[in-house]
Amino acid sequence: MRNLIRFILNNHFIILFIVFETISLLLVFQRNNYQQAVAFNLSRNISGYVNSKIFSFRQYLDLYETNRALLKENERLRNSLLSSYKLKIPAAGDVEFDSAWDQQYNFISARIIANSVNKQNNFISIDKGRVHGVKPDMGVISGEGIVGIVTGVSDNFSTVIPLINIDLRISSRLKNTGYFGSLYWDGKDPETAILEDIPHHVTINPGDSVVTSGFSAIFPEGIMIGTVTGFDIEGGNFYNITVDLATDFRRLNYAYVIEDKFREELIELEKASGYD
Amino acid sequence: MIKVLSHNILRIIVLVSFQVFILNNIQFSGFVNPYFYVLFILLLPFQTPGWLVLSLGFVLGLTIDVFSNTPGLHASATVFMAFLRPLVLDYFAPRDGYVTGTFPRIYYYGFGWFFQYSAILILAHHLFLFYIEVFRLSDFLLTFYRVILSSIFTLFLVVISQYFIYRR
Repeated sequence: MRNLIRFILNNHFIILFIVFETISLLLVFQRNNYQQAVAFNLSRNISGYVNSKIFSFRQYLDLYETNRALLKENERLRNSLLSSYKLKIPAAGDVEFDSAWDQQYNFISARIIANSVNKQNNFISIDKGRVHGVKPDMGVISGEGIVGIVTGVSDNFSTVIPLINIDLRISSRLKNTGYFGSLYWDGKDPETAILEDIPHHVTINPGDSVVTSGFSAIFPEGIMIGTVTGFDIEGGNFYNITVDLATDFRRLNYAYVIEDKFREELIELEKASGYD
Repeated sequence: MIKVLSHNILRIIVLVSFQVFILNNIQFSGFVNPYFYVLFILLLPFQTPGWLVLSLGFVLGLTIDVFSNTPGLHASATVFMAFLRPLVLDYFAPRDGYVTGTFPRIYYYGFGWFFQYSAILILAHHLFLFYIEVFRLSDFLLTFYRVILSSIFTLFLVVISQYFIYRR
């Protein structure tokens, strides 16, 4: 026993180093991005407060750009308003009871309070949380395109795993041909991502739009992801397509969290049918 | 003693806020991410016991982690750097050891000594940090490029700080 104590005292420096290193590496590798939230839940409220202060200052610098982006988005939305069309189709209130007019998606606007683009596992924090109706696994989009998926939620803040995080894959589709594949970020440039699993007989042109497939019950179908800039065939029968992302992650200030009102129903059905 | 303690507490607060409020918000190109907070470990007095350097490194790294949403990442790298510090100090020790009452700074031991000492520790910290972050060998060279660029930038800030803030 005394020898053991002496051994520990003599080598306390190395033993302490191993202990600290083990704790921190466990923290690094144990985290599961989709449930990671738990351990850092307390700190999220503190750092969320600090980050929102920093970001509100940064937003002043971006006001011009943000205004322009919001104006563009408003223009697009106004153009798609029912009242802008000559032919009127019945609006939600006109029909007595018809489930076809049920609202499926509800958008919750949020301000970005922390953001990074220079890491491998980038993260975004937003200023809406549980009390505003945000739940884990909801999709997040900006005016230009998709942003990411909510992973952790505290009362007033949430963390979002953005498209530019090497752990995220998004089911996406080529808009004009309809072929779908899986889109991921390769950890290099925050402006481009890779789309794979598109069979090589499909005709692809640079400039084609890549949109969400709507298979995941996270994003609605057809939300812009980016445009094709280049492609090559690597080994097998599939393309490796470089996609220029629509969202400018460096200059992200506002986003919308998407609530899918039928999500629970779909997930329950899939569970009951034995899929997962 | 009290003076050294209060100086170091002030320094840790200033460095963490500088890192969190300013450097983490500068996003050059995805390649240059200076981690200037390591200056705290570099400037600890020579007599600081090893266990204290390790513990301070752990706490410092964890604080940065909380604000940059990277649980454990900075803590592990900073602990690694704190572990190497005594070895590097021994290796670069002058013939008759470090004089009591002096600190590891350019003012006391000259530019060459300080440059080598901090370059090795910063490089070790950044190598550990970036490779643990990527944790795959496929982009080995790209990661190495990021390590080198960021280390140069951090080292630049550290050396500059010696002339502007810690002149004595």
